[in-house]
Amino acid sequence: MSQAPIAQSGGFLRNRSGDTGCPSNDGICLGWMVDHLDRYWDPFLEHVVLTLIPLAIGFAIALSMGLIAHRQKWLITPLTGLTSAIYTIPSISSFLLLLPITGRGNDTAIIALTAYTLVIIFRNVITGLAGVPQHAVDAARGMGLTGTQLLFRVELPLALPEIIAGLRIAAATTVGLAAFAYLAGAGGLGANIDSDIDFRGNVLVCGIILTLLAATLDAIVLFVQRLLTPWRRAVVT
Amino acid sequence: MTRSSFRILFAMLAILVLGVFIAACGDDDKSSDTPTPAAQSTAPAKSGDIPADEKTANKIAPVDGAAGVSLSVGSKNFTEQYILGEIYIQALEAAGYKVKKDLDLGPERVAHAALVKGVVDAYPEYTGTALTSAFKVKVEDVPKDPQQAYEEAKAAYAKVGITALAPTPFENTYRLGITKATAEKLGNPTKISDLADKASTLTINGFPACRQRIDCLLGVQRTYGFEFKKFLPGEQKYQVLDNGDTDVAFVFTTDGPLSSGKYVVLEDDKDVFPPYNITFAVRDEAAKKLGPEGQKVITDVQKYMTPEIMQELNARVDLDKQERDKVAADYLQQFGFTS
Amino acid sequence: MAAGGRDMTTAPIAGILDTFGGAVEFIFERRPSDAGTVDVGGLGEIGHLAGNHFAVSFLAIVVSIAVSVPIGLWLGHLGKAELLAVGVANVGRAVPALAIIGFCVAFLGTGFRNIAFALTLLAIPPILTNTYVGMRQVDPELVDAARGQGLSGFQIVRQVEWPLALPTIFGGIRISVVTVLATAIIAPVAGLDTLGTPIFSEEIYGDEGVLAAAIAVAFLTLGTDAIFAALQRIATPKGLKVAARDNRRRRSWPIPIRRVQHP
Repeated sequence: MSQAPIAQSGGFLRNRSGDTGCPSNDGICLGWMVDHLDRYWDPFLEHVVLTLIPLAIGFAIALSMGLIAHRQKWLITPLTGLTSAIYTIPSISSFLLLLPITGRGNDTAIIALTAYTLVIIFRNVITGLAGVPQHAVDAARGMGLTGTQLLFRVELPLALPEIIAGLRIAAATTVGLAAFAYLAGAGGLGANIDSDIDFRGNVLVCGIILTLLAATLDAIVLFVQRLLTPWRRAVVT
Repeated sequence: MTRSSFRILFAMLAILVLGVFIAACGDDDKSSDTPTPAAQSTAPAKSGDIPADEKTANKIAPVDGAAGVSLSVGSKNFTEQYILGEIYIQALEAAGYKVKKDLDLGPERVAHAALVKGVVDAYPEYTGTALTSAFKVKVEDVPKDPQQAYEEAKAAYAKVGITALAPTPFENTYRLGITKATAEKLGNPTKISDLADKASTLTINGFPACRQRIDCLLGVQRTYGFEFKKFLPGEQKYQVLDNGDTDVAFVFTTDGPLSSGKYVVLEDDKDVFPPYNITFAVRDEAAKKLGPEGQKVITDVQKYMTPEIMQELNARVDLDKQERDKVAADYLQQFGFTS
Repeated sequence: MAAGGRDMTTAPIAGILDTFGGAVEFIFERRPSDAGTVDVGGLGEIGHLAGNHFAVSFLAIVVSIAVSVPIGLWLGHLGKAELLAVGVANVGRAVPALAIIGFCVAFLGTGFRNIAFALTLLAIPPILTNTYVGMRQVDPELVDAARGQGLSGFQIVRQVEWPLALPTIFGGIRISVVTVLATAIIAPVAGLDTLGTPIFSEEIYGDEGVLAAAIAVAFLTLGTDAIFAALQRIATPKGLKVAARDNRRRRSWPIPIRRVQHP
């Protein structure tokens, strides 16, 4: 079987032996990338979904765990240990390990990604609540606030910056980890990177898109934090 | 984040967007366009041209009862598989079936497991791979005749409830590839045996499992009786050939980059590698849903899948960076299956 | 012994426990591969792969510490360039490991050194961020007092800020350790055999081999984490160890927080 390049040109088969164009050399090809940006749109949207849902669910779970552990202090160590242990499982393996149990598709990816956000947010919830100044708590109790009122009117607002800091880190980490979700059949920009990893322009564009996504999420979360903590706007740096 | 930091971040984003715009207008890279449609010639299908009446006869007609049938078609995780998957899916859709696309299942074990468990209804598999990987047949025992290999695979598939449709004309098998420069240095070898005395000085690249597979490096070393100096694991074979990290690499015969003419492919003169024709492996229930007409759509659309055509399709995705579904659509249009 | 091909959907939990036991055996027993070709498994092979895995990861971690910590200390002490040290570094965590490795292979080629380089890039953001923030969160009154006593900038860093920032800095280092060790699994696609090799050669190593490799990585991670925990204990001055027990603020994953100054 001859493997020589197809000599005749014209028609369906094309002689590529003289090719010097940018895409065929796997270079960075800015102009070409801009022309073909639409191939990244759908995976980008999938990636956004794969980031936001685990963050939302993970935040809800970690916050609840943190609130419980703040009141039942003995829970802190085991819960920290549990979430840390989950984090130790290499992310690639986790997608592959879950496949036989939860099948292909978004669900598997979301479960794995949610698990990885837990330790980050949980730890920050705990330390945020623990960092609330004692005199604020005392003053609140002195004013006759109940436990729940204390939590929602004093402790949580004061702990919010630390909690939000955890959310920011979890957001950036999740954007990066979601790039492996394609291993579980969930799409996302990771599939784009992997399908043509030799094409430098491709990898670069995916990296830039994900960086911008993370930066945007970071900015949004910060904005929300500013909305929720108006008293801190007085402190300008 | 402070106000000034916000502003700086905004400015960076704005500059980035601006830069991209400027690059778009200023950069004049020649990207490859679709080749011009086939001329009205009577050259054989090997070059991609077929007679006009044959072309019209190929048109896929909607199948009765197809509208109520839905199935999912998958593929493994590399270019040729994506293209094949797209071709089959688009052909079935042209015939009126409702097809769910589930490409990129993963490597062969994952894909086969998905098929057997019913996660996906069908995907294209290579006869040699099915026998050696899925059904644990020893590579030495796989028949070297493509048709026989197919019959064996078909029988093995039938035992687990899978129907293997008729195979493609092309096979995509392993070869050893070297760059033109390396070929000159080694005295222009044409077959693998020519490497016998030099192999102990050469590095060879293959995917990680290749080193232990009888249908890959292990088999080559055992059958040809020589060993390479070093095995370099890795997936980016043409990168490592180009940058010299490896002297030899395991390549696939229909790899797109081979059409660039930069590489020399060595013949397998001792016939180590089993046949690797594609067969559309579909679950029995789905095959029944497709019926004989649906199955005929699949086998008809395979008619022009010669090695040259497949290499061209692969090159369009890998080198020209075209979209896979477009490449598949162009193939179907070229030979008249769709219009 | 071959357990590959077992249908796991009918009894998932039992199947997992079974494979788990098989994986532990895989680590210690050498046996024919699933494809019936060469022998795989056993301490020798797992040890060799783990050695490569650890070596490339450790090199990356050490280099990233050597790069990030000085920069973080300096910027943190001066209080400058927060956007770079924190914002950019945090967003840097979003770049997927696969992209970094693919990019490095495309430009630098394969091999131990180039993978170590890619992993170093991966390890820098958490260490840089945490070093900077750890320095920023030192009580400014302490720094002022030290300045008042006539200590130079360098002395302040070494004697005041560094010991107080240590828990946070090490927190960042330990995060990087986990990330790097997890990412070294991809190294086989870029020319280096690590514990990722069984995971990528599933048809040879089987389900048990894959799980065995994952377990080995987990143990490697716990072990390396323990090493750095010990290093942290050694580096922390004794007086701070007592105070650290009450100062739980330092155990979080920080980004600088402007605390409202209470009167």
